[in-house]
Amino acid sequence: MSHVLQKKDFWAGVLYIAFGAAAFWIGRDYPMGTAGRMGAGYFPSVLSVILMLIGLLSAARAFRQEGQPVGAIAWKPLALVVGSVALFGLLLPTAGLVVALTVLILTSAFASQYFRLDPKAVAGLILLVAFCTVVFVKALGVPLPLVGSWFGE
Amino acid sequence: METISNLWLGLETALTFWNLTYCMTGVLLGTAIGVLPGLGPTATIAMLLPVTFGLPPVSALIMLAGIYYGAQYGGSTTAILVNLPGESSSVVTALDGYQMARQGKAGKALATAAIGSFFAGTVATVLLAVFAPPLADLALQFGPAEYFSLMVLGLVASVVLAHGSLLHAFGMIILGLILGLIGTDVNSGTTRYTFGFPQIADGINFVVVAMGVFGLGEIIGNLENEATRTAVLKSVTGLMPTREDLKRIAAPILRGTILGSMLGILPGGGAMLASFAAYTLEKKVSRTPEQFGKGAIEGVAGPESANNAGAQTSFIPMLTLGIPSNPVMALMIGAMIMQGIQPGPSVMTEQPVLFWGLIVSMWIGNLFLLVLNLPLIGLWVRMISVPYHFLYPAILVFCAIGVFSLNNATFDVYLMAIFGFLGYIFRKLDCEPAPMLLGFILGPMMEEHLRRAMLISKGDTMVFLGRPISATMLILAFILLATVLAPAVRQKREEAFQEEG
Repeated sequence: MSHVLQKKDFWAGVLYIAFGAAAFWIGRDYPMGTAGRMGAGYFPSVLSVILMLIGLLSAARAFRQEGQPVGAIAWKPLALVVGSVALFGLLLPTAGLVVALTVLILTSAFASQYFRLDPKAVAGLILLVAFCTVVFVKALGVPLPLVGSWFGE
Repeated sequence: METISNLWLGLETALTFWNLTYCMTGVLLGTAIGVLPGLGPTATIAMLLPVTFGLPPVSALIMLAGIYYGAQYGGSTTAILVNLPGESSSVVTALDGYQMARQGKAGKALATAAIGSFFAGTVATVLLAVFAPPLADLALQFGPAEYFSLMVLGLVASVVLAHGSLLHAFGMIILGLILGLIGTDVNSGTTRYTFGFPQIADGINFVVVAMGVFGLGEIIGNLENEATRTAVLKSVTGLMPTREDLKRIAAPILRGTILGSMLGILPGGGAMLASFAAYTLEKKVSRTPEQFGKGAIEGVAGPESANNAGAQTSFIPMLTLGIPSNPVMALMIGAMIMQGIQPGPSVMTEQPVLFWGLIVSMWIGNLFLLVLNLPLIGLWVRMISVPYHFLYPAILVFCAIGVFSLNNATFDVYLMAIFGFLGYIFRKLDCEPAPMLLGFILGPMMEEHLRRAMLISKGDTMVFLGRPISATMLILAFILLATVLAPAVRQKREEAFQEEG
């Protein structure tokens, strides 16, 4: 039998309790009102209490019954995929679309074990960046800065 | 004869040059993205939503509907050819479809899926046209109490019928409801859970959530199991089914259509449940049940018809009640709200052009599917064979630009990254993100109706049980919950979903 701390149910429970408690805590100052005239805090408070209860049930289940272990977290793809998207947000206004896209594509591509920076990949990269520039900026008119504030605008 | 004149109005709308173009583009785009392994209809629609924002509401919805069945058909294609079902609704198709493909009968399986889908789509469109108006009339009499109870029923049903742990489905729904409350409270003007960020004072855009958990989260999950993704493809020949085949698939298609249409209307039903139920039914009625799982053509025909019928009829509660029965419909409702249309029974009377145009365009979309997809099969095969490590960076690019273009704000891009992280973690913990999205869309509506109902009743909770329609729905929800919690049923349900996986 796997240890409680390895079980999916336990961590899901912890997550629910954490979200519920945070929602309850942040929402403590919202006016409650009465059942007949609910304030901004009424519905969220009720929901966060329910969520915490569900969390308790889930965690308790992990102690009582056999459960699957969480298994290894794929940290590399997780960090690279999430990170590359955040980098895109950061670089878009400062370095511009072309740089931001290149960074997004390259950073995320390294998350795959099959990725090699060979001529085929570079060609794909250039094609994709060019495609986005033409379709989104020129054709659809999305206000994406091609060149960002770092390079003078 | 009102139905005829309504359909005529719809025909006039759907047959304009531009709407035909958008319908066709939607079907093609949807199929193209949908065939990509690992991308189901929900992710496809979330990704392509921003493309439709610039269009007028009618065209936008027509295109989205096209994307939906395109994506679904694309998913089946992938399931048949490479045994990589994009979403749970095509898992069943992969069982026998892939076996057929391995025996060199891929063309036949694909044609069966296309014919079955078309027939089911046609029947479901007629059902939609006939049943939507009376249902909308009924819904017009609904007060806040009825709406609240209906949403409770919808959420409970979606939990009961979804696979996976009941407890987690409830947890995710509640979490979604809370996330949906982020932003300014319309009644009092209090800003809730915004952490002082003015960017989310109007709430988090549902596209951000959907792309985060379904797009990013799924990519991370796929990369984790990257080694197992090997797809070997042979060229597809022999598309035309023989007379013999047609005879064999006629009855399964009919049964699948009927079953799928019924299950699609149920809240929480839709395509997934329909295809799964149809497979079980076909296996039960078959004289050669041992053939199933080894390439039985009935095992493709039944579920494929059912899932398309279910996909179509799940529009009925969405269009008449404004209540999403599955994540795809939740996205559709989100799209309607962004177009300035409040989904609900009034859509039919206030926007007849939109309503009937959409319905007729569904049939036209299905026709496009049949006519275009079989000849284009070579193209889809080529798309499937693009290796995943070339694919997902491109998907990320479209997600990032799409989310940015919602409000031209990098803030939304960061939010999507956060939801991507959460999406992966939830997946690891077996917490399905689909119920969360339902809750997210329903959160504000539920609170609003609850408040109004309680205001009218002066704080008396009995209002929900005192009104007959509302009470019926709550009792139904209770019965559903009670049955599924009963140990015997619970075990059965687990067995049933085991078979599917």
